[in-house]
Order: sequence, then structure tokens, then C-alpha cells
Amino acid sequence: MRDFAETSGVRVEALPPAGMVTLRGDLSDPRLGDALNAVGLALPDRRRIAAGSAGSTVWMSPDELLVVCGEGEDRGLAARLSEALAGVHHLAAAVGDARVRFAIDGKGARIALAKIAPADMAAFEIGEVRRTRVAQVAAAFWMTGPDAFELVCFRSVADYAGKLLASAAGNVEGIALP
Amino acid sequence: MLLIECPYCGVKAEETELAAGGEAHLTRHGPDSAEEAFAAYLFDRLNPKGVHFERWRHVNGCGKWFHCARDTATLEVFGTYSAQTSAPPQTILDAIRARRPDWKPANAPAE
Ligand SMILES: [Zn+2]
Repeated sequence: MRDFAETSGVRVEALPPAGMVTLRGDLSDPRLGDALNAVGLALPDRRRIAAGSAGSTVWMSPDELLVVCGEGEDRGLAARLSEALAGVHHLAAAVGDARVRFAIDGKGARIALAKIAPADMAAFEIGEVRRTRVAQVAAAFWMTGPDAFELVCFRSVADYAGKLLASAAGNVEGIALP
Repeated sequence: MLLIECPYCGVKAEETELAAGGEAHLTRHGPDSAEEAFAAYLFDRLNPKGVHFERWRHVNGCGKWFHCARDTATLEVFGTYSAQTSAPPQTILDAIRARRPDWKPANAPAE
């Protein structure tokens, strides 16, 4: 992966590989929350990210979470989740190899994302998650701090997404969100 | 622009984030049914100008199918509701009647 250049005060950076686990199951089932806690993860609210000692948990749908953990840790974490969920209908799969992450930060970060995603970026809050598309490809992003976002998409479209983000990061000055 | 709230995510999704799934609440006629009923299930659609019930999928989002009641002429959305139902809920019918007092269901979904 290459790093993408700094433009217009918005920095777009391809982040180093991370482990990721897709967890499917009924998020309203308390046994699922218990299993997450047992392996050092927290159950996020709808459209939120929750931090835990073993990784961060991203809300993807009423029956899907994406766990972001350390590189190489996803297979072990998926196995521990499956163990903790024995007897509960679920799927825990290591998917880190199929995903890439980007960091987007700087004063115009909201505007850069607003240009490529049909999301209300003016009202976006820290800790909020949005699963959407960026131009032609599916992606999810969340706000990690003031004017700072992390985005995840499929590795197969990493080059497209990186160039798209770098392009969106240009010329953000003078654009105001409603 | 058509903005439809996904009942699962709670986001007002713009049309390009969604995939249209056609008319809602069709009665499925399978291989054992009469030819006419099967043909009607496959091909007959209401295509109204005005209030309509549709299936939509939050394809660039949570991936869930859901139902939507909207006006096909004005793009006004009256509400969205779960996919796990075969008829619009009362709250949706009330929301439609509040805005369209003269509206009558075309094929009278169960109330
Ligand atoms: Zn959704």
C-alpha cells in the first residue's frame, strides 16, 4: 500500500493492516453482549463504535458487528468469540485480510467525505459509524476525533478508494456544509 | 431526490444508497398454482400514480430489506417498516391518511 499525499489540509493515509472479525448474530440477545465482554469487547449502540481491551466493535446492522483488532489477532479472536457463543446461533469470521483502512483527518475531513458519500456529514459525531458508499464502492467510516475519520473498505478496491479519497481531499477550502 | 429512512439503521438514506425491490405485499403463487395466478404474480403490478407500497434494500448500508410507503408522483415518503410483515402496519396507514384523506388502498391490504 502506498501513502496518499497531503492536500489542502486534509491528510489521507493508508493505515497499516489490522485484524478484523465479522460477527453475525442477534445483537439484541444478551448472550451476545456477554460473549463480547468475555473476550474483552464491548457491544456498541446502533451506528456507534465501542472500544474494548481486545479491540473496537463497529455496529454494521442489527445482526452484524465488525471487530477491529491487532494485526494477526483476528483468527484467535474469532475462535474465542465462537467458543463464548457455543450454542447461540452466530458466525464469527476473520476478515482482516479482505479489508483495508484509511485515516482521513484535518479541517476539511467532513467535506472530503461529504463529496463522495451520500451521508449527512454536517451532523456527524465522534464515535458515530456510517455504513454507506464512497463514489462507486461500499465502505464504512467512523469519527475518531475532531475532524478525524477512519474508513474501511474491501482490499480489492483499495487503490480506487485511496485515489478517490486523495482526490476528494483536494480543494476543500471555501466549501461549507449546510 | 428521494430520501428514505432505513428502519434498521435509522439513517435517512439517499436513493443511490438503496436498491429498489418493486411492489410490496405480493401474494406468491408457486408452481402448483393456476397458470393465471402464477402469471399475475410474476407480471401484474399496480404502478399507481400516488400512494404506493414498495420493497427497498439498504444495499450500500446495513444490507437489510424493508418496506416503504411513498407517493410515486411527489416522492413524499409516508414511512418505512419491517420486511417481516405481509401488510402495512396501522401507523403507516394512519400516516398516509393524514396526508391523503381520500386515499383508498388499491388492492385493499388487510387492515
Ligand atoms: Zn440500513
